[in-house]
Amino acid sequence: MVGITAASFAEMARRPGRGTLRALLIRWAFIGLSLSFLAAVLLAPLAVVFATALGQGMGAYLKSFADTDTQAAIRLTLLTAAIVVPLNTIFGICAAWAIAKFEFRGKAVLITLIDLPFAVSPIISGLVYVLLFGAQGWFGLWLQEHNVEVIFALPGIILATLFVTFPYVARELIPLMEQLGNDEEEAAMTLGATGLMTFVRVTLPKIRWGLIYGVILCNARAMGEFGAVSVVSGHIRGLTTTMPLHIEILYNEYAFVGAFAVASLLTLLAVVTLIVKSLIEWQASRASGM
Amino acid sequence: MSGFRQPSMLPGFGLTLGFATFFLSAIVLLPLAALVLKTASMSWADFLEVVLSPRALASYRLSFGASLVAALINTVFGFIVAWTLVRYDFPGRKVLDAMIDMPFALPTAVSGIALTAVFAENGWIGQYLEPYGIKVAYTWLGVTVALTLIGLPFVVRSVQPSLLEVQRDLEDAAETLGATPFYIFHRIIFPTVLPALASGFTLAFARGIGEYGSVIFIAGNLPMKTEITPLLIVIKLEEFDYNGAAALGFVMLAMSFLMLLSINLVQAWARRHIVAARH
Repeated sequence: MVGITAASFAEMARRPGRGTLRALLIRWAFIGLSLSFLAAVLLAPLAVVFATALGQGMGAYLKSFADTDTQAAIRLTLLTAAIVVPLNTIFGICAAWAIAKFEFRGKAVLITLIDLPFAVSPIISGLVYVLLFGAQGWFGLWLQEHNVEVIFALPGIILATLFVTFPYVARELIPLMEQLGNDEEEAAMTLGATGLMTFVRVTLPKIRWGLIYGVILCNARAMGEFGAVSVVSGHIRGLTTTMPLHIEILYNEYAFVGAFAVASLLTLLAVVTLIVKSLIEWQASRASGM
Repeated sequence: MSGFRQPSMLPGFGLTLGFATFFLSAIVLLPLAALVLKTASMSWADFLEVVLSPRALASYRLSFGASLVAALINTVFGFIVAWTLVRYDFPGRKVLDAMIDMPFALPTAVSGIALTAVFAENGWIGQYLEPYGIKVAYTWLGVTVALTLIGLPFVVRSVQPSLLEVQRDLEDAAETLGATPFYIFHRIIFPTVLPALASGFTLAFARGIGEYGSVIFIAGNLPMKTEITPLLIVIKLEEFDYNGAAALGFVMLAMSFLMLLSINLVQAWARRHIVAARH
């Protein structure tokens, strides 16, 4: 029986009935089932991204990034995230400060409303902006008269991305700040600190890991959003296609190496996001252990 | 302000609440209100014609059916995975645990094309299913596989903490007294994790109904057969049929609210259940 660690032997010794053949069989059945299931739906798709992207060699992989439309898609995605993530971070901090530090009527309703974008299909998130700003939307005519492009242009992409990533920072910070309480902030205020100073010097250091976690999740979703952006983008190649939309275009043209090469960048982003998340959790468990 | 909020010596309440409420209204609430108003401007007859058209009904059946099957698969395998991660130690356990969140972090378009590549007729897994006549890609099975991937973390992350609550002394006592593993599962473990399973199932189900990116690549998108409701909305928009898109969007929005409500009810029930079990 390979794979039985010293820890599991110790475990068997500690607990009655744990070393029996039946217990071992159940154990390996569970591990086997888990691994096969995760291999099929989780690991195989991850591996196939890199296998296909590198399928025709490193040269072909790197060459797919020389394509100007691909570069434009990467730039658009970075630009969108650079606008959306700070806005939602400021919103998240404001919402968390108001909700966690004060008691007021309607607080529960406000929290539910902030979570709303999670419950809504990404297609709806795009659709609502088309209904507002599209050619036949509420403000469509007015926008046309004033030569402002929202739908099938950058503003629409930013609005749709703002919508889908709206709750990420707020919902990380609200429970964290509620749990930490107000004592230290009140002490700082009593000692004469200004409100801003109190936030920067007292609150921010306490919430920084939760804040970073919320920001990287918000960023991952902002760069990877497909459905909502797809509805408002108009798919104008090289102009309004973000990386996920560019993947779709290349894939539908059977340019598999190119499609999976762009996908591999987003997969790496997801992997880095999860690594940072694990590091933060490790940090938090170490801090609470001390 | 008195009566609206309790007094506090901390500053910034008006500013932060004001900005948060303004931003929430501008980005989320007003646009959603536009969808409701657009639908309200339609006549009943027009509305019903769109939302009860055979093509729309077929899309609800697929979106609901596949989400339901996927959520059930996830309830079974999510429990097995959570159990394995909580109860057993094996090489790579921590990495596997961290990877459960992958569907949250991975862009849906990436999971879509990757799953299609894996489950296509000549794909890594598809080639072994093909001889048995099982076609996954471009059928409702493919939709189900995509929704299974998307829903997995909801169940595992719900069940993991509840498995830590199971009293292992009880299990050991039962085993010493001659209980079979099935009996122990049925009488001790299952009642403790049931609320978490129900909660994870509902979350996965709700997420599946609205999912778009990971599904459309593997679905095949044939009208009446493998066309999900979100895709039908996109098609209406591409035909500049704003009314049709809004009507279907309204139906989906209403479903989301129902799901949100049931999630809250399930979680409230779960909290009561856990509290009751502790006493």
